[in-house]
Amino acid sequence: MIDFTSIQQMLEDSRDAGLPLWKNIQLSDCHHQDITPEASWAKMSAMLEAMTQADENYQEGDRSHSGLVGGDGGRMAAYGQGGNTLCGPLLTDVMAGALRMGECNACMKRIVAAPTAGACGVLPAVLLPCRRHFGASQEELVQALYVASGFGMVIAARASISGAEGGCQAEIGSAAAMAAPALVHLQGGAPEQMANACAMAVKNLLGLVCDPVGGLVEVPCVKRNVIGAMDAMSAAQMALAGISSQVPPDQVLDAMAEVGRSLPHTLRETGKGGLAATPFGLEYAPKE
Amino acid sequence: MNLFDILGPVMVGPSSSHTAGAVRIGRMARALLGQEPVKAQLLLHGSFASTGEGHGTHQALIAGLLGLAPDDSRVPDSYALAKERGLEFHFSTCDLRDVHPNSVLITLEGDRGGRLEVGASSPGGGRIKVFRVDGLDTSFSGELPTLVVHNSDKPGCVSQVTGALAAQGLNVATLQLNRGGRGGSAVMVIECDQPVSEATAQWLRSLPGILRVNCYTPDQEVLL
Repeated sequence: MIDFTSIQQMLEDSRDAGLPLWKNIQLSDCHHQDITPEASWAKMSAMLEAMTQADENYQEGDRSHSGLVGGDGGRMAAYGQGGNTLCGPLLTDVMAGALRMGECNACMKRIVAAPTAGACGVLPAVLLPCRRHFGASQEELVQALYVASGFGMVIAARASISGAEGGCQAEIGSAAAMAAPALVHLQGGAPEQMANACAMAVKNLLGLVCDPVGGLVEVPCVKRNVIGAMDAMSAAQMALAGISSQVPPDQVLDAMAEVGRSLPHTLRETGKGGLAATPFGLEYAPKE
Repeated sequence: MNLFDILGPVMVGPSSSHTAGAVRIGRMARALLGQEPVKAQLLLHGSFASTGEGHGTHQALIAGLLGLAPDDSRVPDSYALAKERGLEFHFSTCDLRDVHPNSVLITLEGDRGGRLEVGASSPGGGRIKVFRVDGLDTSFSGELPTLVVHNSDKPGCVSQVTGALAAQGLNVATLQLNRGGRGGSAVMVIECDQPVSEATAQWLRSLPGILRVNCYTPDQEVLL
């Protein structure tokens, strides 16, 4: 049984049980929650469906309450239409998806918190294009969501998934660290590669601060979904290439927790430091 | 913590604490009123007061009072829905002192004359905490089926209620009791492991010394 407090334990237990990682994550959670695997699968499928719906509900014309956010998902897609992009079709789709979902959230549309509302764009941005680019099936994508949330559980237990506690590394960083192993799963990688992908995704965003302008989930949150998605793609590709994290994954998560605790209050979702404290940011600061 | 605390909830953005949690606070207040609310006075505290507007906290609270769920696409348009349903509301800000920065104090009037005051906070992830009911301190989250019983501060009220629950096979998870003063009115908050049926609530209402009984059943997406 996975206890979701250690990546190493999660891998060892799955090996001992002779189960694929996603399946052991599902069955262990069903045991803890006292629900059937069928009910769990239906719920996870509903999450994928809600993500897909949210992506389709995007409208270029939508603007956030402050007017700071909106339209960038459309801009990126239009740039991709030209066919001659810097990053190629797959990464352009990923970036456009991250912007769309981040903007949907900022514009009060229905999204799936993954793990938070502010970081809701990362997972769908990397997973949904796998249908078109790699022919990923519905079933494989739901399995990938189990992998993502299993790693997310361990991150929540050992570090944090709250910007107020751990800065943006806990939100966008966690989302990237969930998305990277999910991508490895979709590409047929081994559990050790998934663990390495998670660790590398965390390491590369370690220390990212939470400094939202006006205290709103808009600037820089929407665009940070793009870097989270790109971080996940690069970490997954490194892992698939056989590159591993020198620092063991659980120790990386412990470092993430320690870094989060060390961040000053002003850089943990208070809207009082970083970009929020620039002259531009201060124009949007709440009137006390 | 389970997988769907990590992946989920499905919600209207932009913030689990300032939007999804605010909807849940509204739903909780509606459930505790037990009637269709027709008048609402909402006092926003701390971060709800300062950044609520940009997070849609106001619309979210009203949406909850109207019974909408945190993932209902009509949340941003709740003011129009309130007008349609005859709910008058008024927002202002206040300092509630030692409570979480994301807090609100709601005073409600229902269509059958019921009145209620609820203070609640939204500490993050869409979770909520009710810290006050009708001027008396409480602390409950609505993650379990919850009974809120107003009773006279007289001997035997607690044992009558818990006895009635036991007879229905309902297990009490937590029980809080607070009173305004000796012999005055008191509020009992009982979190149960199983949902409390309306029939059980009716039975409790018939007991001597019991002034009011309201049940809150957690949202489906919270249960899962």
